[in-house]
Amino acid sequence: MASAPGYQRRLLSLLAPPMLWLGVAYLGALAALFITSFWTVNAYGTGEVVQVWNLDNYRQLFRIDVYRTITVRTLLTAVGVTVIDAMLALPIALFMAKMASPRLRKMLVVAVLTPLWASYLVKAYAWRGLLSDSGPIAWLMRPFGLDTPGYGLTATVITLAYLWLPYMILPMYAGLERLPDSLLDASADLGARPWLTLRRVVIPVLWPAAVAGSIFTFSLSLGDYIAVKIVGGANQMLGNVVYDNSGTAGNLPFAAAVATIPVVIMVVYLALVRRTGALENL
Amino acid sequence: MKSTTLIAIAASATLALAGCGSSGGSGSGATGGFKAPNIPMAKSLGEGEGAVNVLAWPGYAEDGTNDKTIDWVSPFEKETGCQVNVKYFGTSDEAVQLMQTGQYDVVSASGDASLRLIAGGDVAPVNTDLTPNYADVWDFLKDRPWNSVNGQMYGVPHGYGANLLMYRTDKVTPAPDSWSAVFDDASKYAGKVTSYDSPIYIADAALYLMKTKPDLGIKDPYALDEKQLQAAVDLLKEQRKSVGEYWSDYLKQIQAFTTGDSVIGTSWQVIVNTAQGEKVPVDAVLPKEGATGWSDTWMVAAKAKNPNCAYKWLDYIISPKANDAVAEYFGEAPSNAKACDIATEGFCESYHAGDAAYAEQIHYWTTPIKQCLDGRTDVQCTDYARWTQAWTEVKG
Repeated sequence: MASAPGYQRRLLSLLAPPMLWLGVAYLGALAALFITSFWTVNAYGTGEVVQVWNLDNYRQLFRIDVYRTITVRTLLTAVGVTVIDAMLALPIALFMAKMASPRLRKMLVVAVLTPLWASYLVKAYAWRGLLSDSGPIAWLMRPFGLDTPGYGLTATVITLAYLWLPYMILPMYAGLERLPDSLLDASADLGARPWLTLRRVVIPVLWPAAVAGSIFTFSLSLGDYIAVKIVGGANQMLGNVVYDNSGTAGNLPFAAAVATIPVVIMVVYLALVRRTGALENL
Repeated sequence: MKSTTLIAIAASATLALAGCGSSGGSGSGATGGFKAPNIPMAKSLGEGEGAVNVLAWPGYAEDGTNDKTIDWVSPFEKETGCQVNVKYFGTSDEAVQLMQTGQYDVVSASGDASLRLIAGGDVAPVNTDLTPNYADVWDFLKDRPWNSVNGQMYGVPHGYGANLLMYRTDKVTPAPDSWSAVFDDASKYAGKVTSYDSPIYIADAALYLMKTKPDLGIKDPYALDEKQLQAAVDLLKEQRKSVGEYWSDYLKQIQAFTTGDSVIGTSWQVIVNTAQGEKVPVDAVLPKEGATGWSDTWMVAAKAKNPNCAYKWLDYIISPKANDAVAEYFGEAPSNAKACDIATEGFCESYHAGDAAYAEQIHYWTTPIKQCLDGRTDVQCTDYARWTQAWTEVKG
């Protein structure tokens, strides 16, 4: 190609800004985070970072039990949110992709997306109102001898599952749309009941899409610290420890060390996910 | 607080960048004697810049949006032409962090923030000759450890008060008169107890232990050696079982008391007043053990973009009229003696304003440091970093 150099130059100028953005703002920030976690702060609590290389932050993370407790709590919350979202999203996505008329399908896609237009805070505070001691959930449950779960871990899981549900439905819907109807018909012709078809045909096709959705729900839950502040009662997550240490204590290096935990968890998770082929489904 | 920071990922990214930026190592003698960085003081004032960015405790800069009759910001704007932009903060830690961004001209700093701000070079010494109303401030508020260094004032005293025990009058009977209601007897209201979400709250537990467990030898709730801190932490861990939520956002606190999700816990007079204004059945007491509290100082940012308007604000906010208005609204003793001349009948008496002896009994928020503040030299005390870590452990 005679115009190769010109073409390459144009490609470069087109890609340079986004690549710079990705490289500096995202990866650069991650690198800075990692480096900072090996530094420390001066003694007076002014948050002045002292660039002395040491492992104290990580030593504290491993030695002090509370950080392990918080890590496990955060991890379980993220898993809980992901499982709940997957279970809620499956029937909705299946209906949207395979049963709804094209017209209804479009309306459902809009309906799934609509909550994303509202502010995160509005939705979180709405759940605070719903779950309150004098809120509608308590009012509905009390005649049956039940009560609102109140503010706490359950409330956090419910709120986060609500917030991230669209991120699970959409990839699942996209995955199911690619599933040919003929496969379902063939399964039925061979005598499989709906349940068996779901298990042997739908789920295997859906699996990579579900894993793709779980990357969103899992990682978003892992880093969240606002919902837990609003509905989590006295609980704290890894995000809160990061926030408290960057704000309250002015200890950025330690906050950076804590922030490394979810990054490591996500790297491990993504490495596992890669095998399922889900990354091609994002 | 929450509306500005939304996504944790973004937060950790900025965190990393901030970590990179603040690497200049101009060590300001942290150990040993306290030495303030050399920040120039204003010598004279010029014309107002047309705006001033105020970082304040909730209720310190009311412009009538919360309550039409509560407005001392608008008269200031009319008088000086300085448009006031207010940002509220919920904890001293947040105040320090926000001041470090350099976006604010003035801050109302409590004792646990002021020294950190001075040490960090975030605030400048204040030339009190440029704030004529300073002359009327009670002498016992001037040149104190939390607002001055070596006789140089770093701000103007604003007011002082105590952290109160607030409760729902319909749910908590009999009315409490002791902090034991949220410590030893907290289980009575399990799940409905609320505490202030800041490491400085450890001092509240220490104060309670100081009165109930004299063998621990606590003399000052901000000077705790490792053993005393552990006792306070144990007490707080016990309390944790009954805590419904920790609060730092005062609006969330009001809401929790309104809905009954919280029925008893530490609070401020301004929260009591606001809740009562919304017809929530709450009341508050100053428990018999005494209380922790605050003595606030208006400080000027070292790199204030609007230094003239900042000084005008300092002088205005401690003028008798404004000082009285803030004090009555927030529920604290004013700092200006003349504020009491125009205050509502009996107000200054009820807050013991100007009573130096009473003011000495409130344990004002102070940043704990390794040198014991109570004068002990045979032992090392726990510093704020240790308190922060302990606070994380308390919450679990």
